[in-house]
Amino acid sequence: MTAPQTPLPVLLLQQLCTGYGRRVVSEGVNLEIAAGEVLCLLGPNGCGKTTLFRTVLGLLAPLGGRVLVQGQPVQAWPRAQFARRVGYVPQAQTGVFAFSVLDMVLMGRAARLPALAQPAAADRAMALQCLERLGMAHLAPRRYTELSGGERQLVLIARALAQEPALLVMDEPTASLDFGNQVRVLAQITALRAQGMAVLLSTHQPEHALRVADRIALLGQGRLLAMGAPRATATPAALAALYGVEQAEIAAHLRGGWLEG
Amino acid sequence: MIVFRVNGLSKPYSTGVSSSQIDVAPGRGRWGWWLALALLLAVLLWALGVGQFALSPAQVAQALWAWATGAPSPLPTAAETVLWNIRLPRITAGMVVGAALAAAGAAYQGMFRNPLVSPDILGVSSGAGLGAVLGIFLGWSMAAVQLLAFGGGLAAVAVVVALSAGVRRHDPVLVLVLAGIALGALLGAGIALIKTLADPNTQLPSITFWLMGGLSAVTLQEVRVTAPVMLAALVPLLLLRWRINLLGLPDEEALALGVRVGRLRLLLVACATLGTAAAVSLAGIIGWVGLVVPHVARLLVGPNFVRLLPASILLGAGFVVAADTLARTAARIELPLGILTALVGAPFFLYLLARTGRQEGGQ
Repeated sequence: MTAPQTPLPVLLLQQLCTGYGRRVVSEGVNLEIAAGEVLCLLGPNGCGKTTLFRTVLGLLAPLGGRVLVQGQPVQAWPRAQFARRVGYVPQAQTGVFAFSVLDMVLMGRAARLPALAQPAAADRAMALQCLERLGMAHLAPRRYTELSGGERQLVLIARALAQEPALLVMDEPTASLDFGNQVRVLAQITALRAQGMAVLLSTHQPEHALRVADRIALLGQGRLLAMGAPRATATPAALAALYGVEQAEIAAHLRGGWLEG
Repeated sequence: MIVFRVNGLSKPYSTGVSSSQIDVAPGRGRWGWWLALALLLAVLLWALGVGQFALSPAQVAQALWAWATGAPSPLPTAAETVLWNIRLPRITAGMVVGAALAAAGAAYQGMFRNPLVSPDILGVSSGAGLGAVLGIFLGWSMAAVQLLAFGGGLAAVAVVVALSAGVRRHDPVLVLVLAGIALGALLGAGIALIKTLADPNTQLPSITFWLMGGLSAVTLQEVRVTAPVMLAALVPLLLLRWRINLLGLPDEEALALGVRVGRLRLLLVACATLGTAAAVSLAGIIGWVGLVVPHVARLLVGPNFVRLLPASILLGAGFVVAADTLARTAARIELPLGILTALVGAPFFLYLLARTGRQEGGQ
């Protein structure tokens, strides 16, 4: 009879210091995300969320501390191996070439295909399923460049799902979406969480964080100011301090919203 | 019902949609590929037939049939000689040159995320030209000339790419194009310098003729030496062609999707430059093929390199053979091939610039 082992966290940041060259953007960041957990980063513009994400994704070397994905430092993962574990949803941009939506989602299969292989029928079926999950299958033959910003964002989420990752890193996934698509994306995050996906996302809308997150982390002044259960962390007082506005305004803004729900 | 597992997740997830409910096959562009192939075959039949010793398509077909079945040919010996010893080497050279230039152009456009780049604009052609002219000037062998052409092309593209990566204040696409043009002018000056130094009786005619680009002097032996080099450049491009799509994304996105962007781009640049240099060393500087053909191919089959690259190769081969056939039949004297491709390509480039400007303005 052995005690059940604590499962390895999908993502573990230890005393992480991020930045460019000598310029430190954030430091002393400790956090972990387990399978089936959604952690939401809140912070004002320029607080270092994007730098933190780039470091987590291995696109930027940490200035100090460690980023562990499934127990192994990010820099030690071969790129393709890493991409099978971590899916990245960037903020949507217009592309240069007018790839079809299906071709765009198929690019998510790159890490799971041998170097010289092309996506097969099974990959296409899977890419379509990822689109279908987001209610986008009807757009598969359309050109990515002709979609609205919100539709493009959903396509990028589908592409990340096609990587079959264990962790999704989403940079403001609801930023450019209309209300219906915001609700759809938040519902998807909840559904993925139920299936064991770990999710790290950032948002500028505290009510979205309260809606989907298991924990909320407040990032400001180059460090983690607070982290914990949503309602205990994203209090009007804490948000007022984080964004530099009056507490009464925050309370008025969120009144009748999810904060009280 | 398709069910797939998420890596490391306890439950498989499924959408409840069976694959037969959705059209899995991508329809777009399939017919375009066949059109490109049909165009190439038509051009080949035409090119084999026309010339001072004219053969009808039926005669060409008879000769090809006889060759394929091993039966004695019904054509007169003179016709057979013209067909197999004069036209076929030249047409083969046109095909490989066009294929290599078009494939290189398509690859450059994809990996630099810019539909306006081409071997000419990146300075690759001028770099390869200077290398080859230098080789001729020094009286080196064909293989050494090719090597110098490759080195010159690679050095030119390296300088242009390094400049566009280093300059951060301006639009990188603009820097890429302007740097290529400036470097092209510099290399052109180098070529002019060698021309003034070259022996006017022995070296200069071959340098001049060669700079204008043409296939009239190409021998089967030269094709035999160059074709394997072009094949060595084209095969990796073809094998990796799906992944060229991923270089069309911002670098960080491609990295996050598991692609080692730097390594892949370096490999593709080397292959595309090798193909361009081999084409330049065989036929001289034939401009515009690498810019125009990938665009036409994109209109036919869409931007996915899985279809775009083969379509570019077919169309490029057809375009150069067609232009070369015009070059040898349109006038009493032989026209330089490079002039004909420029006549088609330059106006097309201006049209593209105007169209792109309008699209950007409309957004």
